[in-house]
Amino acid sequence: MYDTPNSTEASVSQTHIKIAARGVQVHYGEKHALKDVDVDILDKTVTAFIGPSGCGKSTFLRCLNRMNDTVSVARVSGEILLDGEDIYDKRVDPVQLRAKVGMVFQKPNPFPKSIYDNVAYGPRIHGLTKSKAELDEIVETSLKKAALWNEVKDRLQETGTGLSGGQQQRLCIARAVATAPEVLLMDEPCSALDPIATAQVEELIDELRSTFSVVIVTHSMQQAARVSQKTAFFHLGNLVEYDATQTIFTNPKDPRTESYITGRIG
Amino acid sequence: MSVGILSLIILALAVAGFFLGRSRALQSVQGDPRKLHSLPVYYGQTVFLFTAVPALLLMAAWLVVQPLVIDARIVGQLGPEVAADPSAATLAMEDVQRIASGLDALQAAAGLSNDEMRKMRADLSDIRGRMADVGVALGAEVNPKIFEMAKDFRDMQRGGALMMTLAVLLAAVAGFVWSVLRIKADFRARNVSETFVRWVLIVSAGVAILTTVGIVMSLATETIRFFSIYPASEFFFGLTWNPQFRGGSDLGLIPLLWGTMYITLVSMIVAVPIGIFAAIYTAEYATPRVRSVVKPLIEVIAGIPTVVFGLFALVTVGPFLRDYFAQPLGLGNSGSSVMTAGLVIGILNIPFISSLADDIINAVPQSMRDGSYGLGATKSETIRKVVLPAALPGIVGAILLAASRAIGETMIVTMGAGASAKLDLNPFEAMTTITVKIVGQLTGDLTFDSPETLVAFALGSTLFVITLALNIFALWIVRKYREQYE
Repeated sequence: MYDTPNSTEASVSQTHIKIAARGVQVHYGEKHALKDVDVDILDKTVTAFIGPSGCGKSTFLRCLNRMNDTVSVARVSGEILLDGEDIYDKRVDPVQLRAKVGMVFQKPNPFPKSIYDNVAYGPRIHGLTKSKAELDEIVETSLKKAALWNEVKDRLQETGTGLSGGQQQRLCIARAVATAPEVLLMDEPCSALDPIATAQVEELIDELRSTFSVVIVTHSMQQAARVSQKTAFFHLGNLVEYDATQTIFTNPKDPRTESYITGRIG
Repeated sequence: MSVGILSLIILALAVAGFFLGRSRALQSVQGDPRKLHSLPVYYGQTVFLFTAVPALLLMAAWLVVQPLVIDARIVGQLGPEVAADPSAATLAMEDVQRIASGLDALQAAAGLSNDEMRKMRADLSDIRGRMADVGVALGAEVNPKIFEMAKDFRDMQRGGALMMTLAVLLAAVAGFVWSVLRIKADFRARNVSETFVRWVLIVSAGVAILTTVGIVMSLATETIRFFSIYPASEFFFGLTWNPQFRGGSDLGLIPLLWGTMYITLVSMIVAVPIGIFAAIYTAEYATPRVRSVVKPLIEVIAGIPTVVFGLFALVTVGPFLRDYFAQPLGLGNSGSSVMTAGLVIGILNIPFISSLADDIINAVPQSMRDGSYGLGATKSETIRKVVLPAALPGIVGAILLAASRAIGETMIVTMGAGASAKLDLNPFEAMTTITVKIVGQLTGDLTFDSPETLVAFALGSTLFVITLALNIFALWIVRKYREQYE
């Protein structure tokens, strides 16, 4: 229904490279926040970014949909290809890019609107629907995907800020899903949630993998181990190691990775 | 002893008490402050507060009450038939006070003692001539009865001042001694002085509220007097405003209310869009450098006195609108008009709205904007669909506050819209507002108890009720739609 042109191509191969980053550097004013990062993010895969605070993992995530553009002192160099197209090319409109690469933030940030309008926000601004019935359907499927439908189906017109923290975060995920992105970026989506809500969101991430490529930044190594197939370890602005999650957690090649996952640094 | 010197003495005593209290507290523990219940300064503070505050409060109360008591006693001497008539009593009191101040001047100029003053008699010495010599002009020969009362008045004032000095000093010393004596190591000085400070704060808040109550009461009494001599239905529903000096005036509210609302409407049409657009620019689009220049520049308008705006309306905007709009369109040739006043009040209100709206827009959390950008919304979509709806209650509040300012504006209307009360739709016609007529009715030469004067209070009450309703409505909107961002 709201399939994007790339999804047919993507379904051909499960290991198709969705995003390819080469030599990415980020400066925040004087600070060199990210040094020479090369990563290939696969389609229909959950990729986890782990590392101690200030290691550059969130910075790199925000490069992937050019959210760093809104920070005036940030300067990004290097090359990031989404389906082979440079997203930092002058011809690329960051607004269109962000419609394809959605984002869920650390703190739930529902708009001060009704639950329905929160989810319908993306489809409306991108003109994804022709009729009210179609929009209703998108709202319903998105809320179902975010495992929130049963809790809110009778109060869609109530304000989204009145939900509990975990419900708010799932609403934000539903909101991102409704825009039909190809990649979903999640910046510590569970840090403000209790264990039950965390479990629900993690389950959700696993389901979303069938449709999108998901990139998640997390402070919890258990969470990375539970939800991801690929893991990248960042340390002091460097990408130290990037491999299958299993390998990173059982057989890390770099001593820094080993120290971090065994709890000796970070 | 004058009030100023007395206050200085009390303050000096209190400051001395502060140091004495502190050192006494330290002495009681042989100079080891750790053994005290509170920090040494709190002991000093209790002495300071208990010395100064009760004495100063007593002095303030005395200064308010003493004239009331003396006036009542002097008026009592006039006899029951004068005391019963408030305006005759007021006139007599004014005579008494004028002669008393004349006697003060006479005493100072001639160097007479109090006993010699006491012996002076109106029917023997030429009081009027002697007072004229020291610069106090009296209209008529002095009535011996009034003269005696003036002397009594002086005696009572002097006696009262002496008693006040003694009482206040006594209160200060008593507070000083009592609070010094109770200082011991385990005296809870911090708790005592903090409780004391809390009460001072409560009393201050009470004064603000009592003032409002006083204003409302005085407004209400005069309004009730007006309605007892002029029918309320003619005031509220009368379509003509035509006060006459000889009485028999038409005092209809509707033309004034219409003028007020019309001018307010025009001013809001000017101020609201420009103010909000300016706020969106400074809050969302301007770089920090531009913002730091533009915002203060807009706010400069708020610092211009309204009378200067009135001049601008009178000499620039009014003639301009008349020559380029009213006359070519055939809408009259009046220099002062609703349009002129509305436009200028609107300009005055732009910084008011833009500054408040800018703060409100800035208070919308960045995470809300990030959420919208993260879904691929453009900047203008984010502002229209997320930021402004979130800021709306605050913006509505700002608009209503600006509206109540426009309703209460006097100077610009006087100079820009004229003073003729008319019911007209033509915005290039001169009209006037409630506030202008309040000033107009009170500054005339009419006696104070005529309906032509008292109508000012009825108009004032009406204005008060309108702006109060507007403010309550604004608060209600803000509270109802305020979003909890957390």
